[in-house]
Amino acid sequence: MQNAEKQTAKPNVIDAILSIFDSTVGRKYIMGLSGLALVGFIVFHLAGNLSLFFGAEAFNSYVLKLESLGPLIRLAELGLMAVFVFHIIFAFSVTAQNKAARKTRYAVKGNAGKPSRKTIASQSMIYTGLVLLIFIVAHVWMFRFATRFNPEHVTIHGAEVINLYTPVVAAFKNPWIALAYSAVMLLLGMHVSHGFWSAFQSLGAYHPRYTPVIYTAGVLLALLLAVGFIALPGWVYFMVPVK
Amino acid sequence: MSDNMRMKLKIWRQKGPNSPGAFRDYELDNVSSHMSFLEMLDVLNEKLIKEGKEDPVEYDYDCREGICGTCGVVVDGVAHGPVRRTATCQLHMRTFRDGDTITIEPWRSEAFPVIKDLVVDRSAFDRIIQAGGYVGVNTGCAQDANSIPIGKEEADKSFFAAACIGCGACVAACPNASASLFVAAKISQYAHLPQGKPEATRRALRMIEQMDAEGFGNCSNHAECEAVCPKGISIDNIAVMRREYLKAALKTGSATI
Ligand code: HEM
Repeated sequence: MQNAEKQTAKPNVIDAILSIFDSTVGRKYIMGLSGLALVGFIVFHLAGNLSLFFGAEAFNSYVLKLESLGPLIRLAELGLMAVFVFHIIFAFSVTAQNKAARKTRYAVKGNAGKPSRKTIASQSMIYTGLVLLIFIVAHVWMFRFATRFNPEHVTIHGAEVINLYTPVVAAFKNPWIALAYSAVMLLLGMHVSHGFWSAFQSLGAYHPRYTPVIYTAGVLLALLLAVGFIALPGWVYFMVPVK
Repeated sequence: MSDNMRMKLKIWRQKGPNSPGAFRDYELDNVSSHMSFLEMLDVLNEKLIKEGKEDPVEYDYDCREGICGTCGVVVDGVAHGPVRRTATCQLHMRTFRDGDTITIEPWRSEAFPVIKDLVVDRSAFDRIIQAGGYVGVNTGCAQDANSIPIGKEEADKSFFAAACIGCGACVAACPNASASLFVAAKISQYAHLPQGKPEATRRALRMIEQMDAEGFGNCSNHAECEAVCPKGISIDNIAVMRREYLKAALKTGSATI
């Protein structure tokens, strides 16, 4: 009897991680985990930003709440960036591998129908992702960095905090920014509409009863995210009075 | 039902692995709606042979009863054609209408190079099986049938996975030319059985490593594979494969063994 299950050499942790990153199945665990983390972040991000509907004071108190976390919020920012970096790097390498696996394209592209979940969304993850990437760079620059060059401060509940309400409203009062932002949020919805259930499947979580529920929940979540994020510039553009 | 349909065919012709291929147009009269798709191709080939102007169209088949997994072409963009849970040999011309144009292409994947016309080399699948798609058994007398009790549900899951005939339609239909459904079925059929346990770790790691080495793509969970599979193998098995992989990688501390 061979001792097939016994490792001869002690496995090296670095090698182990690298070889998991190298495997097609391992990579999908990274995509699934990072994708779910991003969905978690984006839901939190929307929930917080809904305070925009309640005016300057509500929005800036939310800013104050986050800023008062001090180093924790900086750490969370770094963590989020790391998740994005993983998601994006593996997105590109996975997609490159997929393109290389079929160099001659079919003359006719068909769709076999149920139970296929192949959709425009599922086939354009890299394109919606690329737009999201460009958007995220612009978005972080605009609201995370540019706002801090000449910050205006306001006092809320006796504490001084940077006024982010004014620059956000100023940005969304620009019709082009409001429009572009809304368009990208539709693409975010597309990305999540396939991404949510796909992430569960990538992590090996399939169940004949619950997977269809997760699929529908993902589509609803995607819709909610798109509507919620489009409502923000929509509200500011149409409802917030110009000073 | 009609006995003299006229079909327009657009068929991929390629002389050999290294020659460039192209589509050729053919017209075929008197096609009976009762013919199978492959019989229709036989009739075309008979005509081509009689005319003597060009080689007949090369395509794969063996049993013609939908159980061997040898046949398979992409019909109008769908692997094995428009009828669900049907191999190409079980597709019938009654699915089409008089005057239809049908585009016929080989499985397209870098891991399945075209040998000639519609015939592709699927030995990549054999190498994946050789890498770990088996169980060890004692030779000699067959053991008593009921000596290893297996629950009905687990046995059913194993059987459903084992229904895979290895035709490669999953690869052909996958936008990424991924072999995940095939490999998953071959891992899952043993993952559900006690007989498969001793080699479980090695099986998952080696088969997946071989799948990657063959140049198949990643699984993006489009599930198009399940939709074209003549045996209706569920992508549930892909989730099983992923869990087997994770277990194995954590156990050995490595993705290779
Ligand atoms: C807030 C932003 C984002 C969210 C919420 C998000 C979410 C997700 C989720 C949940 C998945 C499914 C993971 C899986 O299939 O296992 C996914 C997949 C994917 N994401 Fe993102 N993502 C975001 C940004 C990006 C960016 C910036 C890119 C950059 C190119 C990108 C590219 C991709 C690609 C290509 C896939 C498909 C991977 C595959 O085919 O296997 N995503 N995303």
